[in-house]
Formats: sequence, C-alpha cells, structure tokens
Amino acid sequence: MPDAPLQCSQPPAHRFHGGLVLQHHKADSKVDVLLPVPLPEELVLPLQQHMGQPARPVVEVGQRVLKGQLLATPEGEFSAAVHAPTSGTIVALERRPMPEPSALPGRCFILRPDGLDLWAELPEPLHCERARPEELIERVQQSGIVGLGGAVFPAHFKLRHHKQPIHTVILNGAECEPFITCDETLMHLEAEAIIKGAELLLKMLGAEQAIIAIEDPMADVCTAFEQAFRKVSAPSVSVRKVPTIYPEGGEKQLIKVLTGLEVPSGGYPGDLGILCHNVATAWTIHQAVTRGRPVVDRIVTVTGKGVAEPGNYRVPLGCSIGHVVAAAGGYTPQARRLVMGGPMMGVALPEDNLPVVKATNCILVLGEDEIRDPAPVLPCIRCGECARACPQQLLPQELYWHARAENTEKLVAYDLFDCIECGCCAYVCPSHLPLVDYYRHGKSLVRAEQMAERKAELARQRHEAREARLAAEKAAREARRKQKAEALKNKGSDAVREAVQRAKARKQESD
Amino acid sequence: MRFDTGGSPHIRGDHRVSRMMLKVLLALLPAVAVHVWLFGWGIVVQLLWASLVAVALEAAMLRLRQRPIRPFLSDLSAVVTAWLLVLSLPPLLPWWASLTGIFFAIVMAKHLYGGLGYNPFNPAMVGFVVLLVAFPREVTSWLMPAGLGGWQPDLWQAAQVIFTGQLPAGLQWDTVSEATPLDLLRQGVQQQLMMDEIRQNPAFGTLGGRGWEWLAAAYALGGLWLVQQRVADWRVPAGVLAAILLLSGPAWAFWPETNPNPLAHLFQGGLMLGAFFIATDPVSGSTTPRGRLLFGFGVGLLVLLIRRWGAFPDGVAFAVLLMNLAVPWIDRYTRPRVFGHGDPS
Repeated sequence: MPDAPLQCSQPPAHRFHGGLVLQHHKADSKVDVLLPVPLPEELVLPLQQHMGQPARPVVEVGQRVLKGQLLATPEGEFSAAVHAPTSGTIVALERRPMPEPSALPGRCFILRPDGLDLWAELPEPLHCERARPEELIERVQQSGIVGLGGAVFPAHFKLRHHKQPIHTVILNGAECEPFITCDETLMHLEAEAIIKGAELLLKMLGAEQAIIAIEDPMADVCTAFEQAFRKVSAPSVSVRKVPTIYPEGGEKQLIKVLTGLEVPSGGYPGDLGILCHNVATAWTIHQAVTRGRPVVDRIVTVTGKGVAEPGNYRVPLGCSIGHVVAAAGGYTPQARRLVMGGPMMGVALPEDNLPVVKATNCILVLGEDEIRDPAPVLPCIRCGECARACPQQLLPQELYWHARAENTEKLVAYDLFDCIECGCCAYVCPSHLPLVDYYRHGKSLVRAEQMAERKAELARQRHEAREARLAAEKAAREARRKQKAEALKNKGSDAVREAVQRAKARKQESD
Repeated sequence: MRFDTGGSPHIRGDHRVSRMMLKVLLALLPAVAVHVWLFGWGIVVQLLWASLVAVALEAAMLRLRQRPIRPFLSDLSAVVTAWLLVLSLPPLLPWWASLTGIFFAIVMAKHLYGGLGYNPFNPAMVGFVVLLVAFPREVTSWLMPAGLGGWQPDLWQAAQVIFTGQLPAGLQWDTVSEATPLDLLRQGVQQQLMMDEIRQNPAFGTLGGRGWEWLAAAYALGGLWLVQQRVADWRVPAGVLAAILLLSGPAWAFWPETNPNPLAHLFQGGLMLGAFFIATDPVSGSTTPRGRLLFGFGVGLLVLLIRRWGAFPDGVAFAVLLMNLAVPWIDRYTRPRVFGHGDPS
C-alpha cells in the first residue's frame, strides 16, 4: 500500500453537472470524540426501520430480553431484522408515532431497560478469510444491517441482487450535506475497521477493488486512513478525495465523479458492476462478522443553532429524539425547526417524542435565522438557475410548470422520476418557489394515476373473467336443462307407465 | 416540544429576483453616463419620468388584479422595463409618448398576460414597437451626439423640452437633431452608394457612429458584468454576437463595397443593448442552455435581415419579438440530455 495513502490527494478525473458549494457548518459538531447518551426510561423500536417489509415479531410482550437479542425477524428477503438495544423487558407491542413528516403511527416494541445492559449470547465470530461469501452475507442479514447513510436499504439485498457481477465497491464517506459529521467521526475513529469492512465486502461480492470516497476538507480522516494502511495490508482498497460539491454524496453523482459512468435512468449501480455502501455500513458489517454484534445503536450528529452542545453521539436505537437532545445540553432559545437528516434533504419533524431509528444520521435543530426565508413566493421568471444547479441535468423550471398544471403526461416526458429531490433547485430559486414540494406532489400524482390505471386494468380483467364465468355457467345450465328435457322425452312414457302401475298396485292393496 | 415543519430543503441561498433586477439597473449606469455625455441630461429626465409612470401603472394593475402590491413592486421588474424602453428612445421624446410606450409595456404586454413571469413578449420591446408604429417621427428624432457640435441640454432644459415640447429660444429641431448613423447607412444603400462613400459622412466614427460607438461599448461593458454576475446567461449575447460576426463577416469579406463591416454592425444602433440587456430577458426568452444560444443567434440573424432588407433602419425590437414567438418551439427541441439517459460521452 505505499500508493494507497497517495491516492488520498489524487484529484478526481470526472465531474457531474451543477451542484452547489454550500456553507459547511461541519465544525459545529466535533468529530474527534464520540459522546455517550444515557439509557432512557423506555425505548421505542419500530418493526420497520428499513426500506421494504416490516419485520415479524419473535418475542412476546412481558418477555425479558438481552442486549443484541433478536426481537423481530426479516419478513422475506426485502426486509431487515430488529434487535434489542439493551437488556430489559418488552412492555408492549403497539402503534407509536414514527419519525416521518406527519409522525404517522407504526408498530413498535416498547422496551423498558433494566439498566444492566447485559449482552445476549452473540453468534460466533466468522473468520474473515475462511468464511464463504454466502455465510458472510447471511450474517449481514441476521444482524439487521441496512444502509446507514439514511436510505436504510437492506444491505444483504444489495449484496445478493445485482444485474452484473460487481467489480468495484464504493464506500461512501462523502458526507455532502452541511452539518452532518457522523461518518467523518466514524472514519476518524475507526479507519482500520472500515478498511477491513471494505475487504469483507470485496470477499462477499468477489469484487476487485474498493474505493473509500472522502471529501476534500477531511484532512484528519485522510491521516487516519494513512495510519490505518500502515497497520493493515489491503492492496485492493484505496481512499480517494472528492471535491466538496453538494450532492456529491448522492450515489449517482459519486459514481460519476469516481468513474465517469452514469447509472442508467431507473437503474441501479449494480447495472454497472458497481456497488455503493456507506462507510458506516461497512463498519457495521465488520462488527457483525468479527464480533457477531448486530445493529443496536448508531452514531448521530446532533447539531444546529438550536442545540446547546452539538456533537456526535452514540445513540441506542429507540431513544426519543428529545432524550438525545437533552443529552446534548437541551434546546437553545433559537430552536425552531427539528430536522432528521441534513438541511437539504432531511425530514422536518413536528415533535421530538419520536424514536431514533437506523436512518437517523443527524438530528439538526435549526435556528430562526437558519431556516429558509419565509419571504413571499414570486412567480417563476425562467432564469434557469435551477437548471444550472440540477445535478441530474433536468429542467426544473419546466417540471415546475407541469407539476403546477398537474400535467402528468408532461411530467413523465420531462423525466420527473430522475429527480433525486436533492433540493439544489429550490436552494437557488430567486423566486423562492418550493420546487421540491411540487416535484413530490407531481410524483405522487403520477403514481396515483399509474395505480388507478393498474386498478382499472385489474377491474377490466375481473369483469371479463366474471362475464366469461357467467356465460359458462349459463351455458352449463342450458346444457343440463336440455339434457333433462331430452331424457324426459325419451324416458317420459316409461316413467308415467311405471307411476300408473305403482298407483294401481297401491289401490289393489287397499282394496 | 413541537416544531414547525415544511418541505426540504430547509435552508436556502440568497438569490432574489429584486437583487437580479437591481444588478440590471446598475449595469445600465455606465451607458447612462455616456448617454448624458453625448446627448445631455434628457435621458435622466426620461428615466425618472418612466420609472414613476411604470411604478404607478404596476401598482394600479396589481391592485386591479388583486395581487399583493409590495412584494411585486419591490421586485423592481417594472423599473427595469421602463429603463430599457427609455434607453431605446430618443432622449427628448415628449412625455406623453414615453407614457404611452410604458403603458403598452406594463399594462398590455405584462399584466394582461398575467404579470411578472407570464409575459410571452418582451414588454419593453412591445412598448417600443407600438411607439415606432404610432409616432414614427418622434421616435426617430435623435439629437446630434457631442463631438459633432450637437446640443446637450442640461437637466432643466431637457425637462422643459420633454414636458412642453418647446425648444429653448434660438434653437430649431432641424439644427439640433440628426439622422442616426443607421439611417444614413440605410439611405446610402438605397441610393446605391458604396460603403466608403457612405462612411465619408462625419457621423461615422471608427467602429459605428461617432459617439454612438461609445454608447455601445458602455452597454457591452455593463452587459459583461451582468454575465459575470450570472444575472444574464452568456449564451444569449454570445449567440447574438456570433450571428452578427459569422453572417456579416463573409458578406463584408466578399463585397466590402456594399456591406458594412461586422464591427460596424455590432457598434451601431441598439445591438449591444439588445444583445446584453433585452434578448437576455429570461421570462420571454428560451430557458434551456442550447435554446439560449439559438435564441441569441436568431436575434442576431433577424437584426441583420431587417437592417439589410427590412422597412426599418434597426431591427433589434422586431428581432427579439419574433424570437419570442419561437421560444416554445426552441425550448421543446433543445432539452438537455438528462443524467443516466443515452450516451454520457
């Protein structure tokens, strides 16, 4: 690896269209220490903390569980397991508000910690070299590992299902959203384990090379990796710096910058033989393989003007957001908006009594002056700043018109579904149009229309099937009737004669 | 604790429509200064008068259309329209003529189509064309520029001429006004004169008309700043200038006796104003990157055609309006390749 650390400073060969240079705010939260969060009174553990089917409960209410014990098992392949973040008692399985924009309820285990934090017996560590790839992927599945960058896509699913054989694994450490530093912190503290996690991924996929992508200003991270490379021999793993342009951490943009390739519209990186995982996912995989440790906590950046002591915290899953903020010194008087995730793509939450889940990479409390200007919205003047900023090379100004007109045909024709909702367009709009809101609305319109079409098609098929069935039944009835009539005509005389004879016989008997 | 919500992104940049418009006004100031030097203070009176009328009409229309007045007035778009119109007109135009022009620009071309962002045609150019057709004499009576012994009125004199129509004692319209270099060129061509003969006239300078070329240079200077500030997309002026140079260049190279040189085209009439300030209006122009290049090129081409064969000496206003017509079509066929579609190379 003499060359690996050198790669750290190599400028990228490619660029993507548009994007923004944003104010960083990374220094707000320290990256060299990981702060603890005390256990709360209760933990709320949603059965669905991942993309896909909710997990199926495997413990009873009232049961005592240990830290790391399986609480819910994946329901099918496109699902992920849920484990107990600490030891204690399951007191309920009920619907609780989930950390999403409307705080809609979802099924959750309620765990009352006993304060002992006793570990359950964990699965045996696997040998990194000797274990078979499928054995390793199986372990990933058992450990409840999902994409920890925020998309929470079940990790094993990505490892098993890809169109092309994977040759390159990209570990995404390019945390392009302002404020968020959880990945930077992890890389700072756990560079060696991340490199080993990268090697595990290579093994699982039979891939040739792994690239750990970090952002330009992460000098400390670069040093951490250089030191780690002196300790571990990982010739197929390299670290590459990429310039800090939002949304570089987006999978598609990152692949473009590193390889010059574009993920085809509607496709996945696997179509190009590339697989992207977050650095935290790689680290978690390493923990699961070498220590049998499932996902029970995660690093959360707690930051923004609305938080007294910003920093990176190791948070047991299921802690309420309010509890975590309290551990970070509580809210400041400026606190105005609570965002899960970053300021560009995060979700604004209406309240803080919602659990930290696997997707919670950041709790951002923005101050009054930080949130977007409530200045009046003006009409679009077609200045084209949005098109200049769009990393997907869309025409946001045209999409806006068609979304406003609810013209779904045009929305599809202008490739609305290639929009990644990164927010660059809305950020630069001089008329302050909430463009991303329009696109979300447009997408839901198109989806609803497609659903209605599918339903209509289904109804048509059902109707036709019913007509066919009725016709068949009618034909069958007709056939039976004909048969009966036929039989009656042929045998009719006999039957009558028999009846007459029977009647006569009865008469004679009675006489 | 409860929080207010809203869609992402939760932060935003400091772009504002009003800031863009303000930059357009600032970028016009060098040209205004040159204008004052060449033609006296008339333009300042016109700018003030036009701004006043434009803001009043804008406010009245917003009120009639039951739209919020303050946010739309403070976007400064009405003032920009007024300035662009007035800068296309002779500095001592009677007050009622500028008023009529602004009425057509703000009321007819802008608000009757839905106000800011909805006008398919450039409002200032609509106003200009209406005046050109309705009051051809007034709109073509330009003063003789400084350097040719023209008269440069001071602020008070200019206001008097504009609002009363009376020239100060001892001055005659015939002695202070003069045909513009473009008029002279046109007349010369009609009389079958050679370029060299036409340019014998002292009204011609090194590049365009004497004095006028400085005005054009000032527009270009302000326009380049607008491009640098990203208020104007470079593609539009680049398209206009490219069309002029590429199309008039060969004609001049092959037949220099009957065709003006390309630089003369650039530095005459309203071309620089049009290329950097008028064709770059985003609302009525194309919105795609390639479309803007094409839009600009179309404006340049039409200007040349109108100057050579049209019924008017200069064709910027007509060229812009005709290209406005073509915008939906241009936009439709110049969509950029979307990420992940087709061949990225």
